[in-house]
Amino acid sequence: MSAFTRFASNRGAVVGLGLLLLLVAVVLLAPLLYPQSPWRMVGRPMGAPLAGSFLLGTDTLGRDVAAGIVHGARVSLLIGVVSTVVALLIGVPLGAVAGYFGGLIDDLVMRFTEFFQTIPSFALAIVVVAVLQPSLLSIVLAIAIVSWPPVTRLIRGEFLSLRSREYVQAAITVGQSTPRIIFTQILPNTLAPIIVMASLMVATAILLESSLSFLGLGDPNLMTWGYMVGAGRSRIIDAWWISFFPGLAIFLTVLALNLVGEGINDALNPRLRKEDRK
Amino acid sequence: MDLLRFVLMRLGKGVIVLFAIAVLNFFLVRAAPGDPAQVMAGEAGAGDEVFLAQLRQQFGLDRPLYEQLWAYLSNYATLDLGFSYRQQQPVLDLILERLPATLLLTGSAFFISLVLGVVLGALAARRVGKWSDSAITTLALVFYATPLFWIALMSQIVFSLKLGWLPNVGFETVGGGYTGIERALDIMQHLIMPALTLGLFFTAIYARMMRASMLEVAGADFVKTAYAKGLSPAVITRRHIARNAILPVVTLAGLQAGQLVGGAILTETVFAWPGIGRLMFEALAQRDYSVLLGVFFISSAMVVIFNLVTDIIYRIVDPRIGASA
Amino acid sequence: MTEPVLHVEGLSLSLPNVADRAFALKDASFQINAGETVCVVGESGSGKSMTAHAVMGLLPPAVKVAAGSIRLAGRELLGLDERGMRRLRGCDIGMIFQEPMTSLNPLMRIGDQIGEMFEAHGVLHPAARNKRALELIEEVGLPDPGHIVRAYPHQLSGGQRQRVMIAMALALEPKLLIADEPTTALDVTTQAQILRLIDRLRSEHGTAVLFITHDFGVVAEIADRIVVLQNGEICETGKTGDVLRTPSHDYTKRLIAAVPSLTPPEPRSLATATPALKIDGLSKTYRSGGFFAKGREVTAVDNVSFEILPGETLGLVGESGSGKSTVGRCCLRLIEPDGGMIRLETAEIQGMTQRMLRAHRSRIQMIFQDPYASLNPRRSVGRIIAEGPIAQGVNKSTAMLQARELLDLVGLAPAAADRYPHEFSGGQRQRIGIARALALNPKVLVADEAVSALDVSVQAQILDLIREIQNRLEVAVLFITHDLRVAAQICDRIAVMQRGRIVEMAATAELFANPAHDYTQMLLAAVPGREAFAHTYKTETSHAT
Repeated sequence: MSAFTRFASNRGAVVGLGLLLLLVAVVLLAPLLYPQSPWRMVGRPMGAPLAGSFLLGTDTLGRDVAAGIVHGARVSLLIGVVSTVVALLIGVPLGAVAGYFGGLIDDLVMRFTEFFQTIPSFALAIVVVAVLQPSLLSIVLAIAIVSWPPVTRLIRGEFLSLRSREYVQAAITVGQSTPRIIFTQILPNTLAPIIVMASLMVATAILLESSLSFLGLGDPNLMTWGYMVGAGRSRIIDAWWISFFPGLAIFLTVLALNLVGEGINDALNPRLRKEDRK
Repeated sequence: MDLLRFVLMRLGKGVIVLFAIAVLNFFLVRAAPGDPAQVMAGEAGAGDEVFLAQLRQQFGLDRPLYEQLWAYLSNYATLDLGFSYRQQQPVLDLILERLPATLLLTGSAFFISLVLGVVLGALAARRVGKWSDSAITTLALVFYATPLFWIALMSQIVFSLKLGWLPNVGFETVGGGYTGIERALDIMQHLIMPALTLGLFFTAIYARMMRASMLEVAGADFVKTAYAKGLSPAVITRRHIARNAILPVVTLAGLQAGQLVGGAILTETVFAWPGIGRLMFEALAQRDYSVLLGVFFISSAMVVIFNLVTDIIYRIVDPRIGASA
Repeated sequence: MTEPVLHVEGLSLSLPNVADRAFALKDASFQINAGETVCVVGESGSGKSMTAHAVMGLLPPAVKVAAGSIRLAGRELLGLDERGMRRLRGCDIGMIFQEPMTSLNPLMRIGDQIGEMFEAHGVLHPAARNKRALELIEEVGLPDPGHIVRAYPHQLSGGQRQRVMIAMALALEPKLLIADEPTTALDVTTQAQILRLIDRLRSEHGTAVLFITHDFGVVAEIADRIVVLQNGEICETGKTGDVLRTPSHDYTKRLIAAVPSLTPPEPRSLATATPALKIDGLSKTYRSGGFFAKGREVTAVDNVSFEILPGETLGLVGESGSGKSTVGRCCLRLIEPDGGMIRLETAEIQGMTQRMLRAHRSRIQMIFQDPYASLNPRRSVGRIIAEGPIAQGVNKSTAMLQARELLDLVGLAPAAADRYPHEFSGGQRQRIGIARALALNPKVLVADEAVSALDVSVQAQILDLIREIQNRLEVAVLFITHDLRVAAQICDRIAVMQRGRIVEMAATAELFANPAHDYTQMLLAAVPGREAFAHTYKTETSHAT
């Protein structure tokens, strides 16, 4: 069975992929679905879902909740993907260097990584965003700063074990240069865990971003899901939908990413039972 | 004797970590746009020239950077975390006043999630493939993906506002005048929802980890040995599989301590729980940076201690560690 | 006539549909009497382990009993429910496994693990259990029983752990002992001790022993009777002496012929020339521990010197931890030696930077042990072989063309160049690894346990290939192995290593005839089945290729 058919036969993974595709479609179609700014007041404040012309109701200032969710999707995905890429750019080279060269370099990198793992990551993210002032840039930076350590640990572990693998030893023996060994012998064999980890990191980044904007640390110019949940909090008794639907959107997105990540993981690392073959 | 040396060594490491965090704080203040004195004074204090002058003098802001760093670190070393102009109190006092509530919350959430996670994960592994396993893994996946603040809000609506089972917010009934056992019970009632919502996410993580770990250990050679002895499956699961499987979960729990403290910020905000997380949220709204950084420092210290405790537990449980270290 | 302890009749085990054959075991029948050892022999995948697990009632869920009967002292086991089977395990049937390092629970004290045997079957008082555990530990020849009961597994060596496993398996005086490759993971001297122990306990207690192994040497040492398995079917059974001397089935003949003899072939004469590789005063010490922890020092290689002529094979033999692999890797500077000289023909490479060394890499190449880990799974076989020449500056198309020729040289189809490693068997992969080593036209080959992971018949073919290549290319070979039989057949000279030092070095025939050092004598004495296979000459094995 190929990795693809294994993925396709995993029901959860397919559902997750469907949800993700839907989300991407929503992001792409946002200008068509809701061409107006989500900040615009378009109706009576706190209109219930389906009651008026608004599918998911309106918020405390009469803004369309559905429009906010559609526009928020773009921000969530953007921040999720970009901060993951940044975290990978920090984490992969550090882990590769530590795992390949070992010794003192490894010691130093690992102490540094451990330090960042010990710091309560969400508190650090809050402090960084608060100090640098909330903006798209500071949020991406903060999320990347707290997300790279697990990447470094993973890549270091992979490099450490692959480095002593005999085919890498053979590559040294035939005189391949170190960069060539890293890029052609080791890195391609760490791709699978990196992909799996990246998809789970996007999910975590979206959760982090929404938590930050829930606390009022979102980019003030962008409508985000976390902000919407936070803004609806004061009137939650009268208008539950203002907080409910954006939260549901976060939940579904994160769930979808997790399902897909696990699906990829299972597809790429089929657990072959050795005993079955003896 | 060996344990003592280990604890001392780890404490030394912890001090280094805290030192590094103090340095980080120092540079964060300087990275903020504007005059460091104004940043430290916060929004409220920025207009008070006398206070600003006092800050400049105390931190030597007109002197070279390394002297400033030294002044800053010396203050931190004596646990002088600054002064909140807004609250007119030293930051440390503010934090210490709120710390017990946070310790209670995070401690119970940690305990609940570890016990629940291990039990559920073990249960799922025992019945792998059956409906109870699917139920547990699905629930774990759901709670793993749910935003903490949202589930806190939703449970507030359902269990407090609609059903009226539990108190909505706060640490205890205001003006209830309870004492002794009654007060403890009252606090417990208030604690249930925050602790559970905070713990659910971690329960999900530990349950998944425990399940995976159990399944892995179940394939180990010594489990085959145990079967060959004629032991009953219940004994094998408990004595041989679960005991070995729990080790990575404990390690993970130690590593997650930082996240637990982070989660407390959100939970305390939603439930108006008077802990340092709530304090951080308030400081955020008021741009009270010295409080913000102070809370950050103290929560890091909490994590260092949490990690130490889990490491000690690990050392006691696993006989191999002592020999190899 | 008394009832046999174990009577297996017409046993068939079915495999799931995805497997490459329908039955793990087909229509197998054999029996074992009290006090008798029966060896089930076969290569990997022959179904020998499944047989043991079927008797124990511990088959993997995917494998099902399709037909037959297993009777223990007249009692049918196949109909028993799980509870009934559990009562038998440990009590009537004891079992020991291949991997002593992982077969004991790392978190439990040895005494408690032995005590569990009694507890599981409700035998003895808790206080009496501890006393009995002490007696058992004493009986299997472990030193200081009082200390061992309180120890954790990680504090014992592999051989000691296997003794504990045996003590445990025999705690309740079972009628049948199943030993599943119990000495495969052990060094040869430890293996000899464990075999002697099993045999002694068998004769003292009258236990029937079902012994699973792939090693004919071990068979000759311990078995009363043999059952030979091939692809899940019994092809021959009989008394050990009869089967070994006059095998009737072709497969058995081939297997036995493939076992290398301990008697070396006639020495070859070599022209004197400049050594292809000269090592002088090589040493390496490993230091563990970091910043805080206090470091430990292990001297892996201690003042080792030797030289190899072009076309000559020097064997480096020793047990695990003797430092032989470290020496091999130091020669290629895959491990940095602390001191000593490494000279390749005329070039001394010990002081060179890695960059300078790269130009000399082609002079010395390596054949690795694990045919599965030594080829990058994501590169085509052609690329794997061509990588060396490309790194040394040969242009890509020439190198790829050359790779095809090399595949032909090592006995594979040139078309294999376009395929990926997972499409090949272990033996074929080892050929690819040899082709890769030859691609750079080296003067020296370091073969590190190059045939240890292979089945005995494949092993013979690879050894033939190495010898043939050496004859054709006049390459010097440093042959690192733990297996004295293999060394006897392929090496011109042998250096015996113990704890980082070469304790004895001599021409192969000389070393086997008159071992001078105590340790060499001990090693030779420990080789299983030395009498039985002393006179199987190499000429017979050529049929196997």
